[in-house]
Amino acid sequence: MDDAQIYSLLASVFHEVFDDETIDVTPQLAAKDVDGWDSLTHIRLILSVEKVFKIKFTNSQIANLENVGELVALIRARV
Amino acid sequence: MNPLYSELRWLPRPPQDFSTRLRAAASSRDSLGSEIRSLASFALDVNQLTKLAKVIGRACSDGASLDPLVPFRLALLSNSTVEMIVPALIASAARHGVLLEIIQPSYDQVAQEALTPESKVNGSKPDAVLFALDYRALPLKLSLGDAAAASATVQGVIGYLQMLGDGIKANSHGVCIFQTLAPPAEPLFGSLDRALPGTMRSLIDAINRELTGYVFGSGDVLLDVEGLAETVGLANWHDQQLWNLGKFSFSDEFVPLYGDHVARSIAAIRGKSKKALVLDLDNTLWGGVIGDDGLEGIKIAEGDALGEAHRAVQRLALDLRQRGIVLAVSSKNTDSVAREPFQKHPEMLLKLDDIAVFQANWNDKATNIQAIAEELSLGLDAMVLLDDNPVERGLVRRLLPQVAVPELPEDPSGYARTLAAAGYFEAVTFAAEDLKRAGYYQDNARRANLRTQVGDVDAYLASLDMAITFQPFDPMNRARILQLINKSNQYNLTTRRYTDPEILDAENDPEVFTLQVRLADIFGDNGMISVVICRPSEPGAWDIDTWLMSCRVLGRKVEHMVLREILEHARTAGIGKLRGIYKPTERNQLVVDHYARLGFSKVGEDGTGITRWELLVEGAMPESAPMKVASQGFATGAGALPA
Repeated sequence: MDDAQIYSLLASVFHEVFDDETIDVTPQLAAKDVDGWDSLTHIRLILSVEKVFKIKFTNSQIANLENVGELVALIRARV
Repeated sequence: MNPLYSELRWLPRPPQDFSTRLRAAASSRDSLGSEIRSLASFALDVNQLTKLAKVIGRACSDGASLDPLVPFRLALLSNSTVEMIVPALIASAARHGVLLEIIQPSYDQVAQEALTPESKVNGSKPDAVLFALDYRALPLKLSLGDAAAASATVQGVIGYLQMLGDGIKANSHGVCIFQTLAPPAEPLFGSLDRALPGTMRSLIDAINRELTGYVFGSGDVLLDVEGLAETVGLANWHDQQLWNLGKFSFSDEFVPLYGDHVARSIAAIRGKSKKALVLDLDNTLWGGVIGDDGLEGIKIAEGDALGEAHRAVQRLALDLRQRGIVLAVSSKNTDSVAREPFQKHPEMLLKLDDIAVFQANWNDKATNIQAIAEELSLGLDAMVLLDDNPVERGLVRRLLPQVAVPELPEDPSGYARTLAAAGYFEAVTFAAEDLKRAGYYQDNARRANLRTQVGDVDAYLASLDMAITFQPFDPMNRARILQLINKSNQYNLTTRRYTDPEILDAENDPEVFTLQVRLADIFGDNGMISVVICRPSEPGAWDIDTWLMSCRVLGRKVEHMVLREILEHARTAGIGKLRGIYKPTERNQLVVDHYARLGFSKVGEDGTGITRWELLVEGAMPESAPMKVASQGFATGAGALPA
């Protein structure tokens, strides 16, 4: 899967989890940029990413994510 | 992971446009309560449940009416993280007709909230309080081999739970819902964990046993989370990663399932559990079609794989009846033919006496289920329909959305389990009278009078995307044609049987018009469902020697489309008149008015019930149905269409 595909699929996950089709999923996107991105929604987001991409992260990996770019790096390593 | 449970397989899959429909409902506010209930009727995942719960929440704070959902206030007290569960509870409750309001105090304030009179929980006067406690946050100390210490630990927990319950009862009178504890999946010793006092396993077993004992019959309610966890597998239920991450008590995979189980208990508390089970017959209670296969042909024998699957359905129905659920039958069959297996088949487990209302006729099932409900003086929302046919399921879901209609798997082996897993008949109390309820219905197996037609069946049929294909007889399909001709008894005008050589003759005779008809719809390909043979008779006329159809496609105007096709070919062949004949048998009473309905005029009748009919090709305009039509292979022979 190339980066374009990853971002495309990831965007659909964001839109579904946040119920907002207008979210622009860029590498710099972070929790502070999106309404409702609290710790619970973050976990729901990670669980949805795992399901859609059919991968599993470790807790340590999830704990230190700063932005979408870092999440994509994790996905890239797993798909 | 068994998808029956993790994907709630008895519920239909959500449509592609779920989000769009949800948004439309939220903004229009028209009959919002019913639309929310409809949207909740699908197998929603955590994200979809969350979205639906948000819409419900917004509607409530805006003061919009959510009738006919019945309000219920549930306080949620937990020593684990429940934020992901809360929306699932609200959305799942809507599925069961309940408008759920959740009172949720701050994290881990269980005792404070229960015992303080003016706490958030007690002050809100909840209808029920759910104690969602995880064993990991309870004071459970291992005391390996020390029975006395183990007993003290168990009593400590039980005492704690009783104190919580007493606090609620004293301060707000809500019903307490206690959960059994799901023990850890991995043992310390192995098999000894269960036997030795003071292991985590045996401590939890003892707690669950005692808890069950004092809750049962007390007016409080037990939610058997241990049973649920065992059903899906403790190893699947527990998710160590999620517990470590945020003290989530169980895997997110089971949040929708847990939500549905809590919703069932709440619905049961409110008296909204289902009370009656309507059973289809063919391919539901037995394998095969009684009208075509006869008593000897249907499959219910012990030792036959298909028979065993259907026996399991009958056994479950009998067990349900024994606990007070009323049984009814709704089948597309001639009444006397449908009753035969109950009366005469030695392997039938169900008897006519077990069935309170027996509707076997050729009308649509929605109208019949409406009549059954009225006859039983039950609301439509008390009914469940078990039917193997997805077209029937779709019809009833569309026209009678309050009736629960479980999806069924492809293999009938799964039917009984799926019905049981759906939990429509959840009960929180049990009384001796329940056992007698099914017997209160006098005049067993009676028929209910049909009143007005329910809803727009035509619109439903149009939504099925039907495609009909016409071909003449050909060698590749001869075996199936032979089978249909010799097996069909009900929708069969002349019951004329053919041998293989005779069909070969018809295939090759340029004067004989033959037709094999296929029908596909949104649920799949039904295969060959009708056969017609027309033979030359007086000049310019065709005698319809054979016209038969599978009962599975009744009520869809297939016969009208077949007539249109026959007329096309008749015109091309210069035929001016079609002549039909109806030869009554024990089994084909169904088609006595087939030709009348198609616009033929009756031209003769004899003493034995045989009727003769005619239709002039010129000017004949049979009704059409919303189907795509394909006509192929008519290159030569009678009625060949221009190239």
